[in-house]
Amino acid sequence: MRLTTKTATLLALVALIALAPLFFPSAFYYRVGALIFVNGLAVTGIVILTGWAGQISLGHAGFAGIGAYACALAPVHLGLHPALAILLGAGVSAVLAWLVGRPILRLKGYYLGVASLGMGILISMVLNNERDLTRGPDGIDVPDLGLRAALKTAGLDLSNGEFWYALCGIVLVLGAWLALNLHDSPTGRALRALHGSEVAARTVGMDVPRLKLQAFVISAVYASVSGSLLALQNRFITPDVAGFMHSVEMVTMAVLGGVGSVAGAIFGAAVLTLLPQMLTVFAEYEQLVLGLVMVLVMIFLREGVVPSILRKLRGTGE
Amino acid sequence: MKTFLTTTAIAAFALAAPAMAEIRIGASLSATGPAAFLGDPELKTLEMLVEDQNARGGLNGEQIELIAYDDGGDPNKARTFATRLIEDDEVVAIIGGTTTGTTMSILSVAEDAEIPFISLAGAIDIISPVKPHTFKTPHTDRMACQKIFEDMQKRAIGKIGMLSGTDGFGASMQAQCKDVAPDYGIEIVADETYDPKDADMTAQLTKIRGTAGVQAILNPGFGQGPSIVTRNYRQLAIDLPFYQSHGVASDGFIDLAGAEAAEGVRLPGTALLVADLLAENDPQKPVVAAYKAMFEEKTGTPVGTFGGYAHDAWLILTDAIGRAGSAEPAAIRDAIEATTGLAGTTGIYNMTPEDHLGLDLSAFRLLEIKGGKWTLVE
Repeated sequence: MRLTTKTATLLALVALIALAPLFFPSAFYYRVGALIFVNGLAVTGIVILTGWAGQISLGHAGFAGIGAYACALAPVHLGLHPALAILLGAGVSAVLAWLVGRPILRLKGYYLGVASLGMGILISMVLNNERDLTRGPDGIDVPDLGLRAALKTAGLDLSNGEFWYALCGIVLVLGAWLALNLHDSPTGRALRALHGSEVAARTVGMDVPRLKLQAFVISAVYASVSGSLLALQNRFITPDVAGFMHSVEMVTMAVLGGVGSVAGAIFGAAVLTLLPQMLTVFAEYEQLVLGLVMVLVMIFLREGVVPSILRKLRGTGE
Repeated sequence: MKTFLTTTAIAAFALAAPAMAEIRIGASLSATGPAAFLGDPELKTLEMLVEDQNARGGLNGEQIELIAYDDGGDPNKARTFATRLIEDDEVVAIIGGTTTGTTMSILSVAEDAEIPFISLAGAIDIISPVKPHTFKTPHTDRMACQKIFEDMQKRAIGKIGMLSGTDGFGASMQAQCKDVAPDYGIEIVADETYDPKDADMTAQLTKIRGTAGVQAILNPGFGQGPSIVTRNYRQLAIDLPFYQSHGVASDGFIDLAGAEAAEGVRLPGTALLVADLLAENDPQKPVVAAYKAMFEEKTGTPVGTFGGYAHDAWLILTDAIGRAGSAEPAAIRDAIEATTGLAGTTGIYNMTPEDHLGLDLSAFRLLEIKGGKWTLVE
């Protein structure tokens, strides 16, 4: 029996997440793992938008910011449970993405990049300046999700690190599963078709702006949920989460690993989350090494690390 | 021969082992990024002091290892490094959190793991309400406001205009000043703000000058903004008394604003800036002079208030470990809380279970810039 890419990717992901803790030298690695999963989730959204629909967003951190601040503010001001605040954040992000994307995506070319850049910066400015609500650049406390305590009463006592590793891992697998399903669905095929040739897609009767808009909204939800998970995990959030550099980081992770493949994007997230931890000894050269890695990947592995290597492996195999 | 060498090596290791016992102290500082002008002197100070302490035989006969990470001012990274310091490096205490954001991230990790943590950031939220394992060395912005208002009261100033930066520092101090102003009979009649990246603040200053009854102007801010405000102030020839905050208490501010523009500016600063002017019997004199001499010799750059915060954190920590006679986190925590009469560069620390800062208003000296130099206002 030959495994489909979807099953193979999911099985590999589940196995990696479940087995990695066996090799952890200390509890610190649960934290790194959880961060990789959070970033991986956001980057999976980028794959849908950039890899499949061919659109670029430079403001996705803005949606992460909305997700994060939803978890910080909704429980305090609206009395919502933090878990529901995740959904609220995702809803707000989706509506905003729809509002921004609807006029912009009727245009051809890279207008979405510019519009999302502006949107991301605006969100970041609002979070910085609406001090009465967000407490400004010094950041704000985020309430406890409460799930860990509930698990404890149910007899499953996890440390904070283990709990977030597990939860973020599960959410990432779910996110990847949904994305991979989308990939093989009619919508996914349509998205890839319009990425291949917008004119051809239009000619066969596809509603191109609508498809692009769907991709943008879905990816905004991914970014928002990842922001929520980060906020709930850190129990504290500052407007940095919505900063422009965070947006660039997401795109970089996706491009490094392979923007057309979910596995590649998660790999990219893992590399760029791990590298700064491994390079602490050379903290001054961190940017240099990151830049070098990017340049080398761009030159030698143009589709990103994972797809390029897979292609090479298949090429020799067949 | 080979066996002999190996055996000798093992024996040497075994002998060396007791002396190898070391106290591991962690730090997460913003040595790069937007807060680098704070984090960089802090890191240099810690490295210098650890080296010095080890050269003098360490602490309680044990060598000290400093494990310092650069969080670049990113709270998310700071939290990861705090986790790493505690779980992976197994440190007994953490110094750090250059900014309020990074401090708040480290704080919850340190509290969870019950590791003593000394922050180098300003906001009052860090120690109020008091958390069992969190301490800090810099005075709060609230105290800076009180010190400034005290001086205004002496000069019979009742109505002031404020021009604040919108960054974390400016915003927090703006709020604190507005909160304590009524205690000193001071009314804030104009309240303007600027973005830290703005290149010109004449519009806001003109508006404040035009407000009826303004007797003085206060500029809570940080970084280059206050230098621009000071230059604009002179360009507009405003002749009201002008107050800056402790956020610019460094020689860099005078250089950036220009000695001429900064003439007559008053601000609350630490003893460190006026080390040479302190009275001989001032309890802070010896510690301030020693740190200044050591830092300036080592780095070739002038000392600043911010490096002084790291110096004081180190002083409090080593003093506590010395008194506790143990490097167990719980013992260190208890000893830090019992710190009394410890003279640092920032002030004299008297910690209590209710006060994890331990400074009072006397820690601030009111300074005035005259002829490009700091002078003490009596």
